[in-house]
Amino acid sequence: MKFLPLVIANLFRKKIRTTLTIGSFTVALFLFGLLVIVRGAFSQGVDIAGADRLVIINKTSLIQPLPLSYRDRLLRIPGIKQVTFQNWFGGVYQDEKNFFPQFAIDIDNQRAMYPEFVVAEDQWKAFVADRQGTIVGKSLADRFGWKVGDRIPIKGTIYTGQWEFNVRGIYNGTRAQDDTTQFWFHWDFLEERRAFGKGDVGWYVVRVNNPDQSVQVAKSIDAEFANSPFETKTDTEKAFAASFVKQMGNIEFLILTVGSVVFFTLLLVTGNTMAIAVRERIGELAVLKALGFSNRFVLLLVMMESLILAFVGGGLGMLLAKLFSLHGDPTNGILPYFYLPPLAIASGVGTALLVGVAGGILPAISAMRLRVVDAIRRV
Amino acid sequence: MVRVDGSGSSESLVHVRGLDKTYARGGEVIHVLKGLNLDIDSGDFVAFMGPSGSGKTTLLNLLGGLDVPSAGTISVAGDEITHMSASKLTAWRARHVGFIFQMYNLIPVLTAFQNVELPLLLTKLSKSDRRRHVETALEVVGLADRMKHYPRQLSGGQEQRVAIARAIVSDPTFLLCDEPTGDLDRKAADEIMDLVGRLVNEFGKTVLMVTHDPAVAQRAQVTLRLEKGSLVGAPEGASVA
Repeated sequence: MKFLPLVIANLFRKKIRTTLTIGSFTVALFLFGLLVIVRGAFSQGVDIAGADRLVIINKTSLIQPLPLSYRDRLLRIPGIKQVTFQNWFGGVYQDEKNFFPQFAIDIDNQRAMYPEFVVAEDQWKAFVADRQGTIVGKSLADRFGWKVGDRIPIKGTIYTGQWEFNVRGIYNGTRAQDDTTQFWFHWDFLEERRAFGKGDVGWYVVRVNNPDQSVQVAKSIDAEFANSPFETKTDTEKAFAASFVKQMGNIEFLILTVGSVVFFTLLLVTGNTMAIAVRERIGELAVLKALGFSNRFVLLLVMMESLILAFVGGGLGMLLAKLFSLHGDPTNGILPYFYLPPLAIASGVGTALLVGVAGGILPAISAMRLRVVDAIRRV
Repeated sequence: MVRVDGSGSSESLVHVRGLDKTYARGGEVIHVLKGLNLDIDSGDFVAFMGPSGSGKTTLLNLLGGLDVPSAGTISVAGDEITHMSASKLTAWRARHVGFIFQMYNLIPVLTAFQNVELPLLLTKLSKSDRRRHVETALEVVGLADRMKHYPRQLSGGQEQRVAIARAIVSDPTFLLCDEPTGDLDRKAADEIMDLVGRLVNEFGKTVLMVTHDPAVAQRAQVTLRLEKGSLVGAPEGASVA
């Protein structure tokens, strides 16, 4: 601690340079935070997928339907504990920019299949009793200011016409990552009003007795419906979510590339700053050594300066990213899960410190190796 | 008592025998110091004079443990420093040597107080003890009222006095001064030499000083002349053997 004034004084020697270097860290780590948020938004489904749930879609493509009659046949397959189904509705609320996912759900099995979504009992009962009822996610309700009792008009795009729903409840997630931007309504209501596709569902979700047998059960399901007009493709929920993300391109690679370039640039900036900082005070470092400060002390002195720059700048950047994430999804529903987890903040600051170490180590070693006699002669 | 003929005892404060220093520059070997013998007792004030390139500063660097000789031995207060490891030599410097440089070499981002405190950061003294020592050192050099000033807010003479305070604050075995007045006008130089004289006479400090200035050298008890790496002629002054 007694050496801290020396470290601080050195940092404030060139205020503009220190500010700019800290600013570089702040901008880079803010960007890193955003990349982590975007990555999380895309892979959230993969990360939180239920280990014991399988998703069954039409083998041709996700947008091709499956018959409702498969439900009973699925229940007869050994290893399957529960079955539910959903349909994508694809309606528009007021404006096309107001995107959010709407699902026609199987109200008898929805809650048992997705225990992570919590709805108050009285609200669920009111929803079940109202054929035009809807349950909306908390984020969605907050986004549009909806409350229980509101009437929500939705313009159908696949199933055309004006559809009206009554908000009967608001669900919440049990985990921070849970998607609370969905809009659920009765599958029966869809079935009753739609002009085509009667008796079809979009996809099935089943729960297996033993997650270790998921692959085996998936094979049994696809075998059951092989050579039928509606062949199936069954995956674990995690694999399904991952393939869904993959359709949007290799997000992970993109983020990794951008992140690497940002940190490499930051490394050059830090290395350059510290090299200049050491070069312009060679005489002072030599005097410290002449006074009896060890080579190791001089090395640590330079490293401390580099680490403080990295910590302050990196910490500020992550703080800004966190504050930004608290405002919620800025993309009108494309990234419903807009969250910066504490672990990402810690890894961001940790990465900044690593850059601080990597950027400071060469100048610090050159300072450590400085020969006092040569350096003082140069002053 | 100062001896240059190798007749001094190993109990001298500074005991140098057969000191050689050579540098290789390109393919050429340059002998900077050639077989120097030197004995200096505690409380002596010695000036080294000689033309540029005669080896004065090299000798000072060797005596201060900033450089290592090519041959020969140096003992200070019984410590043989020529074979010490780099880390031991660093610790030895902190305990035994106070440096005063021509260009003062203060840290510009630290106040006078913080500059003087630097050597004490290497000790186990408490913060209050460090403060007491620093204040005493600054009072000795007459700058108690400039503690919070940065080097840029001080005159050259004042800067050198802060450097002297830094050199004496840890009460080292001896002070090594390399052209301490070389960057000062005559008046400031006289003030600095008055101060160095006080350190010797009132506080019993041992001072070894390199200078080009005969007027400054006259302040020393003994003047030694170096030419081409050798001590030439007899020591001049009152305290010679």
